[in-house]
Amino acid sequence: MGYYSALRVLREGLTGNRGWKPLWREPDPKAAYDVIVIGGGGHGLSTAYYLAGTFGLTRVAVLEKGWLGSGNIGRNTTIIRSNYLLPGNEPFYELSMKLWEGLEQELNYNAMVSQRGIINLYHSDTQRDAYARRGNAIRLAGADAILLDQEGVRAQYPQLDFDNARFPIKGGLWQPRAGTARHDAVAWGYARGADARGVDIIQNCEVTGFLFEDGVCRGVDTRRGSIRADKVAVCVAGSSSRVMAQAGIRLPLESHVLQAFVSEGLKPLIPGVITFGMGHFYISQSDKGGLVFGGDIDGYNTYAQRGNLPTIEDVCEGGMALMPMIGRARLLRMWGGVMDMTMDGSPIIDKTPVPGLYFNGGWCYGGFKATPASGFCFAHLLARDEPHPVAAAYRLDRFRTGALIDEKGAGAQPNLH
Amino acid sequence: MVIDHPLLGLRDAAEFVYLGDAALLERPDATAADAETRFYEYQYLRDNPAGVHQELWFHEQGDHSWLVVTRNTLTHEILCVELARDVVLARRAGA
Ligand SMILES: Cc1cc2nc3c(=O)[nH]c(=O)nc-3n(C[C@H](O)[C@H](O)[C@H](O)COP(=O)(O)OP(=O)(O)OC[C@H]3O[C@@H](n4cnc5c(N)ncnc54)[C@H](O)[C@@H]3O)c2cc1C
Repeated sequence: MGYYSALRVLREGLTGNRGWKPLWREPDPKAAYDVIVIGGGGHGLSTAYYLAGTFGLTRVAVLEKGWLGSGNIGRNTTIIRSNYLLPGNEPFYELSMKLWEGLEQELNYNAMVSQRGIINLYHSDTQRDAYARRGNAIRLAGADAILLDQEGVRAQYPQLDFDNARFPIKGGLWQPRAGTARHDAVAWGYARGADARGVDIIQNCEVTGFLFEDGVCRGVDTRRGSIRADKVAVCVAGSSSRVMAQAGIRLPLESHVLQAFVSEGLKPLIPGVITFGMGHFYISQSDKGGLVFGGDIDGYNTYAQRGNLPTIEDVCEGGMALMPMIGRARLLRMWGGVMDMTMDGSPIIDKTPVPGLYFNGGWCYGGFKATPASGFCFAHLLARDEPHPVAAAYRLDRFRTGALIDEKGAGAQPNLH
Repeated sequence: MVIDHPLLGLRDAAEFVYLGDAALLERPDATAADAETRFYEYQYLRDNPAGVHQELWFHEQGDHSWLVVTRNTLTHEILCVELARDVVLARRAGA
């Protein structure tokens, strides 16, 4: 595939840049594979990468309905963090953070992983206590968290509205190792790495059904014909219910839209990531200078990759309460992506009741940060038929058994998670 | 989105709170032999269709009525709006 290095950039520059090659091949589907991964988003591509690279399965194909990166992997606000409270979640997200830390070297690809830190702001004494508890849980799981008082936040973000009459900023919970990564570069990097390890990445190849023999899943029907496989792995995010319905499986989730916003380019203003604690609003600044921000999902079932105006107003109100100066910035772009919102706000990485069929989904609006660990743990499950220890709680049957992982304590209402 | 409330006319969807699939109106019989399975399915599993969806909206900032809105989840087009009470009474009369 051609190793990337500073020397290579220099050499290509001196020879007219004629040596750069496409990052992956465009193969035709073969008749059969060991594993077929449905969905060429972040999770599907990382699953294929680790299957081939770590678990030694090279007869692997990724089937993508559209073009690679057309789903949420190319639509998110790029925040990566491991600051969860619950034992079912935190070790998983911390594994992901560790994988992020070595990702670019491992993939030999610039994913612009930037550990610029995240601060979750608190605005009252009770909220501080809750954040202190979460910070302790994070540290007990081996990750990093620092509780800041108002001065601590002010040192990093003097421009915030600390004395807001209704929601004064009292401090924040800081995770210095959190940050951002270039979302589509993550997809491209994993795709390039998987391709180099023999994985066939097949775009414009929508899966329309499954092949069953004696109740066992033996492959898929696609727009480019039937393809057989020993195992079929579903990684289709917002389309999870639609795809799994073809196998007669109803899922504990709803599809919702989340919108994202980018302002015009501004001078450096926000060095890390901050979240408002009295509404749902998070913001960072891209390397091009645009303020990248978002808030709540719109809150109704939808498969349209666009939202409605009331949510935009709500998000902007959160921004204005946090830093009124944002009102002077002009919005450049906005878009939406379809989220697979589960009944407890946590994901699923598990076998299904159908032998040969495996499911990865329910990532809600937080699956970008999970991309490396999700692929790693799903590949582990596919290769060994055993869950990876840090993903063992992400069972499909937990809704039946009551072993929910409800980080927010919101109950079985997807639009509240 | 604008919801054509049967009593109040066109209202901004932002006045409403969304609960989810109108299948929630059909609460399982708690005395049935398989009640445990049925309550699990009722509480957690959803069809989540791409296309026509019947769903419950509560007019929180209005008259506090529950509505059954039939809406296309691919286009956001609203096809029909009924009072949930009428829907339930009609189903009972039909049953
Ligand atoms: C606006 C927005 C902001 C977000 N912000 C963050 C954030 O800051 N931090 C964070 O951690 N997460 C964030 N997320 C969530 C994150 O982006 C998703 O959870 C994650 O990307 C989902 O996994 P994926 O990358 O595999 O999904 P996708 O990229 O959506 O991949 C699924 C793929 O499956 C394909 N597919 C669907 N049906 C079929 C079929 N029948 N056959 C073949 N292929 C099919 C789709 O075309 C798609 O490419 C955000 C999401 C959105 C929309």
